[in-house]
Amino acid sequence: MKHEDKHISSYSSLAIVLAVLLFLTAFSVWITGFHFGAFTVAVALIIACVKVATVLINFMHLKFENLFLKLLVTGVFVMFTLVIILTFVDYYFR
Amino acid sequence: MSISGSETQVSYLDYQGKHKGIWSWLLSTDHKRIGLLYLYAIIVFFFVAAFLGLLMRIELIAPGRTIMEPQTYNGLFTIHGIIMIFVIVIPGLAAVFGNFFLPILIGARDVAFPKLNLFSWYLYMIGAILGVLSQFIGGGAPDTGWTFYVPYSVESSTNVIYALTAAFILGFSSILTGLNFIVTIHRMRAPGMGWMRMPLFPWALYATAWIQVLATPIVGITLLMVIAERVLNIGFFDPALGGDPVLFQHLFWIYSHPAVYIMILPAMGIVTEIFPTFSQKPVFGYGAIVLSSLAIAFVGYFVWGHHMFTSGMSYNARWFFSFLTFIVAVPSAIKVFNWISTMYGGSIDLKPPLLYAISFIFLFMIGGFTGLVLGSLATNVHTHDTAFVVAHFHYIIFGGMGFAFFAAIHYWAPKMFGRMYNFRVANIAWVLNFTGFNLLYFPLFIVGLQGMPRRSYDYLPQFQSGHVLSTVGAFILIAGLLLMVYNLVRGARKGEVAPANPWKGVTLEWKIPSPPPHENFDDIPVITSKPYLFGNNSDNK
Amino acid sequence: MSVHNTHAEHIDSETGKLGMWIFLFTELFLFGGLFLVYAVFRAKYSAEFHIAAGELNAFIGTMNTVFLLVSSMTVAMSLTAIQKGDRKLAMFLVLVTILLAALFMVNKYFEWTHKFEYGIYPGSEVLKNMSHGELLFFGLYYMMTGLHALHVLVGMVLLSINVVRIKSGSVNSNHYLMLENSALYWHLVDLIWIFLFPLLYLIT
Repeated sequence: MKHEDKHISSYSSLAIVLAVLLFLTAFSVWITGFHFGAFTVAVALIIACVKVATVLINFMHLKFENLFLKLLVTGVFVMFTLVIILTFVDYYFR
Repeated sequence: MSISGSETQVSYLDYQGKHKGIWSWLLSTDHKRIGLLYLYAIIVFFFVAAFLGLLMRIELIAPGRTIMEPQTYNGLFTIHGIIMIFVIVIPGLAAVFGNFFLPILIGARDVAFPKLNLFSWYLYMIGAILGVLSQFIGGGAPDTGWTFYVPYSVESSTNVIYALTAAFILGFSSILTGLNFIVTIHRMRAPGMGWMRMPLFPWALYATAWIQVLATPIVGITLLMVIAERVLNIGFFDPALGGDPVLFQHLFWIYSHPAVYIMILPAMGIVTEIFPTFSQKPVFGYGAIVLSSLAIAFVGYFVWGHHMFTSGMSYNARWFFSFLTFIVAVPSAIKVFNWISTMYGGSIDLKPPLLYAISFIFLFMIGGFTGLVLGSLATNVHTHDTAFVVAHFHYIIFGGMGFAFFAAIHYWAPKMFGRMYNFRVANIAWVLNFTGFNLLYFPLFIVGLQGMPRRSYDYLPQFQSGHVLSTVGAFILIAGLLLMVYNLVRGARKGEVAPANPWKGVTLEWKIPSPPPHENFDDIPVITSKPYLFGNNSDNK
Repeated sequence: MSVHNTHAEHIDSETGKLGMWIFLFTELFLFGGLFLVYAVFRAKYSAEFHIAAGELNAFIGTMNTVFLLVSSMTVAMSLTAIQKGDRKLAMFLVLVTILLAALFMVNKYFEWTHKFEYGIYPGSEVLKNMSHGELLFFGLYYMMTGLHALHVLVGMVLLSINVVRIKSGSVNSNHYLMLENSALYWHLVDLIWIFLFPLLYLIT
């Protein structure tokens, strides 16, 4: 079956995405040198989330997909976050 | 609505493909044949597990040892639970009737991934056989209960690993079926069938499939962790190593509570198909039923904690989970109102499928209300781990899913096999099933409230009268089940030839011949109206 | 809007991709269970997790992150190449991806065997004498990286099949669903690692 309206990412745009990801990696390694106390994990996770979003949108071509799939992917992450929160309603108050 | 009968194609039962004989079934990628493969497997495993259940009931007819040793009893309730839950009720309706009728109801020729569909069946069989084998090989039947609670499931010297692996494989099969259905519903609906023109059984399957896809992996990884715990001593659930057994319960129920909705949502979908047909009236509140299915799937994902009220969970978690549990009762009740309103003022035709569908409502209501008793914190403490729980979930799972399964098979058997069963025998079997069922499980509510523990081989003499009644009920039920299956099998083989539309139904499956042709439709139908429009109504909208 | 294949016909690209995405969701939740366990124990034993994480070699971890990120780019580029009809380049880029995956596994191998030499493996005496938090950290470390490594291996097999298919021409500029889906799977392997890396290596 022929792919109608193909979306093709250019080599250079993919290379730029990689550069951003490598920079973020370096940044997260560098920033662990500082001590934010309880926030260390939060900072590391925020950077990780940014990286994951970058991969999803660019490498996995989510930017070319329909709205429904975008919502689904977001929804899956939201569901998982809710599961974590609900579990911690137990652990946090125990 | 366009009618697409078929004079040119042979029925799927007579179709000769690449393979001959038994291989034309075992290697078939036809969704209808795969549906039947599931059906036959499920009937066999159901009778195996029902027989184990009957043995347990015989053991419980009197206090003390009756026919077996305590350890045998532990094995029986474990394997009974594993087979019934993982092999029968979780895949049950979706794999049998979903496979057979989902593509037909949405006007497609097959599911999106036919080969994957067959692969799921093989995974299912491997898992199911492994589950049954775990009863007989090596270190003895697993004795942990189907819930595999740690720390006992880590310590027990029985075949727990086999049972865990079986459940893992069955879960994987369930995921692939769910995935297949979601994609099928998204991509393969007939032209003109917008989302709000889709019949309600596919809607229920859609909601179910999302739970299968998003909840099952969690139990998969949990079972792997228990295996790692047993083999590698990894310590996640072992307090001696700093682990937390309650964490296992969280992980287990994050899947296993939504699993209850994997069982009940397709059941609700099926009776939603039956009520309009036998009332000859459009379904009441189409949109409300759709939304309540989705709401049940979504909210049902977040109520798992109500299985853990006595586990030492924090107080805040307990009231919050209890609150969410009460919320999930709302969409369930909406559906009940819709079914009853659909019947109201209709021309009701009390055929066997409708009998089962009405008894579904009755039994599901009892199961649902007692579920609220268990979902409230105070009463839960009293009834936790008693026979009350056993009665409650049998009312939901057997009374709900089981009776919906019987309703479905009586509704669709003429379509599936092209032959009719005997109504009189079917009605007698229904009477036996319905009385037997209530006699079997209702006394358990009472002895449970009085303090009879579940999973117990022995009991105090004061509970005996309840147990005797219950065992009598078990025999009546088994007799009813055998009669029902006999009648259906006889009908499928020798019954009179069924017309294409014996019940005057209006959904797509009734517009093609019985049994359906190999490719379902000669021409894909074009949908121009809402579903469930009967008689003159169909021209108005 | 709808597609009608018969019982075993060729699967169109949108359908195949949606199926793959849903499969990836289940993979996310599979690892999600482990992340949940991690979160619970990390909250309970955060000081001990810090000490244990110090035992891991952040340099190897960073190197592996770089390998996976670069490999994610090469596999995405191979998709671009096949879409543009350049089969040779596509094949070369998939081979580079496999090579990077292999380097990741070699690194992982040395990392694990190094730990084994110190007697740090599930159920070992050394581990039993450590504090509970450290013991659980290493349990999680082995479960998570082990399951992830298994996915890397599966990904390598998938990509190798693609090399053969591109060579034979059955994956080409008109039919590249297989490569597209394998790439999606490979990106998922990368995604999981992006979370694992800070949680295991960077909390010292």
